[in-house]
Amino acid sequence: MSIRGKAACVGLGMAGMGEAPGRNAMEIMAEAVGKALDDAGIPLSEVDGLFAATAFHSMAAMSLAEHLGIQPKFSDGSNIGGSSFMAHALMAAMALDAGLCNVAVIAYGSNQRTAGGFKSISEPMPFEAAYGPRNPLTAYALATSRYMHEFGATREQIAEVAVAARAWALLNPEAFMHEAGPLTTDEVLAARMISDPLGKLDCCLVTDGGAAIVMTRADRARDSAKPPVYLLGAAFEHHHRMISAMPSLTTTAAAASGARAFEMAGYGPAAMHTAQLYDAFTINTLLFLEDLGFCGKGEGAAFVQGGAIAPGGRLKVNTNGGGLSCIHPGMYGLFVTIEALRQIRAALGSEEGPRGPGGWVDGARLSVAHGNGGVLSSQATCVWGASETL
Amino acid sequence: MSGYFDGPGPEAQYRAYLAEGRFMIQRSSSSGAYVFYPRTLAPGTGAQDLEWVEASGMGTVYATTCTRQRPEKGGDYNIALVDLDEGPRLMTRVEGVAADAVTIGMRVKARIAEVGGAPNVVFDVVEAGA
Repeated sequence: MSIRGKAACVGLGMAGMGEAPGRNAMEIMAEAVGKALDDAGIPLSEVDGLFAATAFHSMAAMSLAEHLGIQPKFSDGSNIGGSSFMAHALMAAMALDAGLCNVAVIAYGSNQRTAGGFKSISEPMPFEAAYGPRNPLTAYALATSRYMHEFGATREQIAEVAVAARAWALLNPEAFMHEAGPLTTDEVLAARMISDPLGKLDCCLVTDGGAAIVMTRADRARDSAKPPVYLLGAAFEHHHRMISAMPSLTTTAAAASGARAFEMAGYGPAAMHTAQLYDAFTINTLLFLEDLGFCGKGEGAAFVQGGAIAPGGRLKVNTNGGGLSCIHPGMYGLFVTIEALRQIRAALGSEEGPRGPGGWVDGARLSVAHGNGGVLSSQATCVWGASETL
Repeated sequence: MSGYFDGPGPEAQYRAYLAEGRFMIQRSSSSGAYVFYPRTLAPGTGAQDLEWVEASGMGTVYATTCTRQRPEKGGDYNIALVDLDEGPRLMTRVEGVAADAVTIGMRVKARIAEVGGAPNVVFDVVEAGA
């Protein structure tokens, strides 16, 4: 028994993109919920399933339900970092399929940028904190050092990930770096070193932002105002919390979550028209391209060369500009999901707003949305598809 | 069988050993596998047979980063992951060379030093890595 295609996204919304001065995290999240419900054409009163996680609320689903004035029959505030929302999509599909709720909303909000900068949700790690790690940065720097050592990858090769992300952002007026101009490899290499071998431009943005999606069972989704996008496969897995406890710093649990999500979907990586991969740091994109099966282990750095994941490249990766150049309010996973969904909706004729040439990928019917949480800790993969892929 | 809470837990015992100047790790007597950080049950198997053993102190740098920090805030500092010869990996700091001169594969030896206001394990370079 599978939940493949049993539920679909019928609405989505974003709020406070980039900077939202004067608004708190809950207000940004609630605005995104309102936009997603408007997009779906479903009134708030019908929402009976609620899923939320933020860095600002220890019990986000309860806080959001109260703010919205609703009394959900099913809710889940599980927090596995930035991958929470892929897991929420799986939970929502299960709850919808089981009849435990009828309209599920997944939401997130953050005002970290205007509230003073990076907002951590993490307690100090008991056997690491004494050494002064600046997590998550330190952990990703360590992983990058190991990746370069094992596979002979260079900083110059890895910089291509940031260059490609910027090129996508230039096509996306919603991206925080849309007006920043193109990025060159030399600029990435020349940026201030933060934690070797990661420089400033290897690291994600620190922005505000909120996001929400609405899911219903497939039978109801068929009549929705916007093209429904079906959850074809989903899986998550995690094996550590502290980077020192990660079995191998060059293979993530995405190798497991991706394989199971693709198996449920009945489509493999080669069938994906876009790949939205949580890029908190440049190393993420390489590891996830490998672990999800777009290329072999250790081949990621070579795979991305020559604009291969930039607009016009062979694989459309992080088409909004990613966490590196579009938006990163701390837990970016729901934006990853929304970009996967919007690419499919746009290709089906939905008005999704302006993008530069190629910014909306022609013929997109299948997208993978991969979320990462903690310090390469939690990996969650969703495969979304248009109705014809069912 | 003794209960889990007959005395200090594994973390408290580990820190008490450090305060005595001893770097102790755990070993599951049934599997022979060494364990760090200190656990209540053997990770993965759940075996209730963890015993304390003295670490050899020898290890190899598995990953490393130089955390950049302005001089007035204390300057750059190293953070490394070291694989102990017994198998387990831990986060630590490699000393005796510049923070950005630590390389993967370096052979290192443990020493107990005051880190973060308490005794903790740091490592000194004994030979350059491959």
